[in-house]
Amino acid sequence: MRRFAYLRPARLEEALAAAAEPETAWLAGGTNLVELMKRGVARPARLVDLAGLEDLATITPLAAGGLSIGAAVRNADLARHPVILRDAPILAEAVLSAAAPQIRNRATTAGNLLQAPRCAGFLDPGAACNRRAAGSGCAARGGDGRDAAVLGATEACIAVHPSDLAVPLVALDARLRVAGRDGERTIALGTLYGADGASTLPPGELVRAVLLPAEAAGFAGHARYLKLRERTSFAFALVSAAAALRIAGGRIVAARVALGGVAPRPWRPAEAEAVLAGAVPTDALFRAAADAALAAARPIAENGFKIELARRVLVRALTLALRGTPARVPALAASPFAPAGEGARHG
Amino acid sequence: MAEGTAPISPEGAAIGRPIARDDGVAKVTGRARYAADCRPPGLLHAVIAPSRIARGRVTAFDLDAAMAEPGVVAVMTPANRPPLAEDPDAKTAPIVFRLDLLQDDRIRYAGQPVAVVIGETLEAAEEGAFRLAPAYAAEPALVDIDAAEPFVPETVGLGAPVERRRGDVEAALATAAHRVQRRYETAAQVHNPLEPHAVVAVWEGDRLWVDTPSQNVARAQRRIAGLLGLPPDHVHIRSPFVGGGFGAKAFPAGPQVLGILAARLVGRPVKLVLSRAQMFGAVGHRAPTRQTLRLGLADDGTIAALAHHARVASSRFDDFFEPAAALSGGVYAAGAVETTHEAVRLDIATPVVMRGPGEATGSLALECAIDEAAAELGLDPLAFRRLNHADTEPISGRPFSSKALRACYDAGAARFGWAGRPLAPRSLSDSDGRLVGLGIGTAVFPSMMFQAEARALLRADGAAIVELGAHEIGQGAATALRQIAADALGLPLSAVTLRTGASDLPDAGGAAGSSHTATAGSAIHAAGTALVARLAALATADPASPLHGAGNAVLFAADGALHAGDGRRDPHAAVLARAGLGAIEARGAAAPDRAARASHAMAAHGAVFAEVAVDPDLGAIRVTRLVGAFAAGRIVNPRLARSQLVGGMIWGLSLALHEAAQFDPATGAIANADLGAYRIPVHADLPFVEALLVAEEDTLVNPLGVKGVGEIGITGTAGAVANAVWHATGVRIRRFPIRIEDLALAMPGREKEDDA
Ligand SMILES: Cc1cc2nc3c(=O)[nH]c(=O)nc-3n(C[C@H](O)[C@H](O)[C@H](O)COP(=O)(O)OP(=O)(O)OC[C@H]3O[C@@H](n4cnc5c(N)ncnc54)[C@H](O)[C@@H]3O)c2cc1C
Ligand code: SF4
Repeated sequence: MRRFAYLRPARLEEALAAAAEPETAWLAGGTNLVELMKRGVARPARLVDLAGLEDLATITPLAAGGLSIGAAVRNADLARHPVILRDAPILAEAVLSAAAPQIRNRATTAGNLLQAPRCAGFLDPGAACNRRAAGSGCAARGGDGRDAAVLGATEACIAVHPSDLAVPLVALDARLRVAGRDGERTIALGTLYGADGASTLPPGELVRAVLLPAEAAGFAGHARYLKLRERTSFAFALVSAAAALRIAGGRIVAARVALGGVAPRPWRPAEAEAVLAGAVPTDALFRAAADAALAAARPIAENGFKIELARRVLVRALTLALRGTPARVPALAASPFAPAGEGARHG
Repeated sequence: MAEGTAPISPEGAAIGRPIARDDGVAKVTGRARYAADCRPPGLLHAVIAPSRIARGRVTAFDLDAAMAEPGVVAVMTPANRPPLAEDPDAKTAPIVFRLDLLQDDRIRYAGQPVAVVIGETLEAAEEGAFRLAPAYAAEPALVDIDAAEPFVPETVGLGAPVERRRGDVEAALATAAHRVQRRYETAAQVHNPLEPHAVVAVWEGDRLWVDTPSQNVARAQRRIAGLLGLPPDHVHIRSPFVGGGFGAKAFPAGPQVLGILAARLVGRPVKLVLSRAQMFGAVGHRAPTRQTLRLGLADDGTIAALAHHARVASSRFDDFFEPAAALSGGVYAAGAVETTHEAVRLDIATPVVMRGPGEATGSLALECAIDEAAAELGLDPLAFRRLNHADTEPISGRPFSSKALRACYDAGAARFGWAGRPLAPRSLSDSDGRLVGLGIGTAVFPSMMFQAEARALLRADGAAIVELGAHEIGQGAATALRQIAADALGLPLSAVTLRTGASDLPDAGGAAGSSHTATAGSAIHAAGTALVARLAALATADPASPLHGAGNAVLFAADGALHAGDGRRDPHAAVLARAGLGAIEARGAAAPDRAARASHAMAAHGAVFAEVAVDPDLGAIRVTRLVGAFAAGRIVNPRLARSQLVGGMIWGLSLALHEAAQFDPATGAIANADLGAYRIPVHADLPFVEALLVAEEDTLVNPLGVKGVGEIGITGTAGAVANAVWHATGVRIRRFPIRIEDLALAMPGREKEDDA
């Protein structure tokens, strides 16, 4: 590991000033960054630890409705926060499906959203990787494509975005409060990710909070995150889906859908939402929505199966969402082996 | 045969008691000192620089950049590596593997050490290794088992025959009423014990002290002494605790020797610990296989012919061939039986023994094929297995020394609830609509014995110290062996201390082949028996002893005393005190009984039952229950034996559903070289697992009647899981581990069914 300077400022202005130096990285939980440093994939000269900045670690209601989730709120705290469980339980389900308890105790909201791809080419500093070194090539291109995107892949990069949390957040139209030396701005979470999934945040800028709009709570009663993975826990998504419905009078008033594991960024298929909006929920409708969501999908090498699996996962997520959000997040969060069980809650 | 063949006293026996492991508290509190915990004064840290290409040459290093990193002390490359007395590629013993010890600039697999960087701190050494940035002249590498040209090796495993036959398989197949031919694929796997290979080396002149995990300290001592040109007794290997080995530590690996050479180079103590990623390289793996099973079946359900052919992969530069087909000669009765192998050479590291070498992968294919044969005949898979029970070993015709397999079928089936299982697949589902399936597999593992010696010392206070170079590798050997020692010496457990895990102790053989308790335990039993005989001689010759004049033969030792059986007793301590002796010592040895082994087949057996639930649309699989029933001779410690069996069963589940090292065709490197991407089961993957112990007495296998429980749990289990998946879904997947997509896309989607 390259020698680095470590700073732990107590105030935001100090942090932003420190980060103005070149080759500086924000350190949150470190569960991703430190691993990348050990591998030689990330070689920052300075780390600015966010742990000293108190106000980054709280969840607070917004004056205009909705919630502000601090960038440094630990995943474990997010998943059991009463307001989250009331207004956006799908976030808890997604977070609890990710990683393992030890990692969730360290990992933070912004760190999760900004984690690096799990692509083997990216993780091997000796390999060609456009994402790591623009123009160097793409080691993943010759492979079987199992971990590659089927939607939105670019010529340069075919890796998928690994975050679970980002999927329901994008579905729920989350925004980010971003701070830089020039002040603060608010951006849509979707725009945090460039076409290849890399962060669009300029160096030195910091995510202060994730903002969940007031409308999100309207979906709380019918919102599920479902994750298909290669073991029952502690694995990234092969494909995943967030499905959130607002239902009134036997009709879907509004639908929010996003897919994970299939694209360089959390994928929001507006086509599917359009199919669902205003319709009476049926199996056939959910299949039509899933077909619409995957209509543009294209396989890379041997990963065509992902298109069909994503379709099925989305149909199931919609079916579960229609049934109602369970009163508690199931013990095996987001798993097909964690039935909603008794006490389903209808909003 | 060992001297001590006296039966063990049943009274107060430590053997058979389910005591907790002796080292448990030390391990969970961090007091157990593993190799990497050793910090001799003046210690430097070494790291290997692994090759990132699979074939070619190193053309340059950036030595200046590496040395410029503050704290880097030296870089060891082929140019300055201290000389060796033996060529690391020389076959200096019947079973010795070629090592990569920086002999030249050739690269023969990805992950091969190409240099070692030594620093004042681990961080400095790691950064130095990064900056070393080796340049390569790469040549095209081949890592695909299906793309290489096969050949027939001379032997498989550690010297086993490549082909075995009994009867005319082709003729029997040609005339059989039914034929089943199937091909199965298994993936490469990597041992990944929790403790990576580590070495702390300290040179004192021409004496060498090595703290390193080993499953065979005597073998490691011989190999290291040979390479360095030292008398073996100048090499002191200490390995009191081993954090798992699974075969990866059965032979000293290259990086361990490199750590020793690094210490020689810099003239200071050196520690070298492999990173998790480096565990996927130079320390061995289980080869992938392609296996074809051919069965000929009679109308009455008996197997007329069974042929098992395996293709396995090995490296280009050394020979280890996974004996995947071999076990099929010993499991089911067949009119004619044949096991054959072929191999391919790839640009990979040499595979090595890995828990159940050959048996694990071979059993998976065999048990699937047997199930497919039962389905072909419309028979219940358990009934079919009972019908074809092998009363004698099929490949040799020898009787078994003992075989309680039928009792295992009975006990397992009863506990699991096999009765009433519908014959047709896709018949069961749970209340959430998931498909449920029940599967079975027969478990079998040969009962091996090797040579061992042990030393027992009885002190004047009546306490004993038993010493031998045995290995506590997490399996509980230290505890089980101490139980054997207590009974052999007729002492309470609290009076017996066991010392193991050092090359300065008598050679107790390796912790491998599920043989360690049998082998080392028999030596301890012999030493204890010999010591009791000496004690008895002292007592009976002593007029002051209550046992004076009693015949040696009728005496036995128990509860810290000699007994005549008629109420007369003489405590061990009293015998020594009257004789004026501070201590007495005896040695014992054990070896396989060649005659008994020539006339009898010896194996542990079991039956494993699996229940799975499968999501009908998504293909996600969950093993909801695993129940195994095993007969493995005398069980020294039921608690530890169950733990071994359950551990093996989890390996079997992993083989069927999870574990695969993925070789990148472009680089030849293992692409998923971490425990996030190389998947083993988590707790949630197996909510219920149980191992039942079925009583079995064996008077031939060794003086203790002990078989072995280390590996058998894998066998049977992987097949049972695969068979349960078929029973749940009606889909037979023959590429392992089973992938979600293979299963999901082969199943008719439920949504689609609704349409119809
Ligand atoms: C074994 C394993 C399994 C995992 N499985 C999953 C999984 O199934 N699903 C899943 O979603 N994730 C998974 N993860 C990823 C894990 O969730 C991330 O490592 C974690 O969320 C990152 O959070 P952190 O706080 O530790 O980030 P860090 O490692 O500290 O930072 C990650 C990145 O974010 C940047 N960053 C952090 N905070 C800010 C900020 N406020 N503003 C700007 N930039 C910032 C850092 O500079 C760095 O580039 C897994 C991780 C591991 C190690
Ligand atoms: S897919 Fe993207 S991240 Fe992976 S190697 Fe190619 S460019 Fe790099």
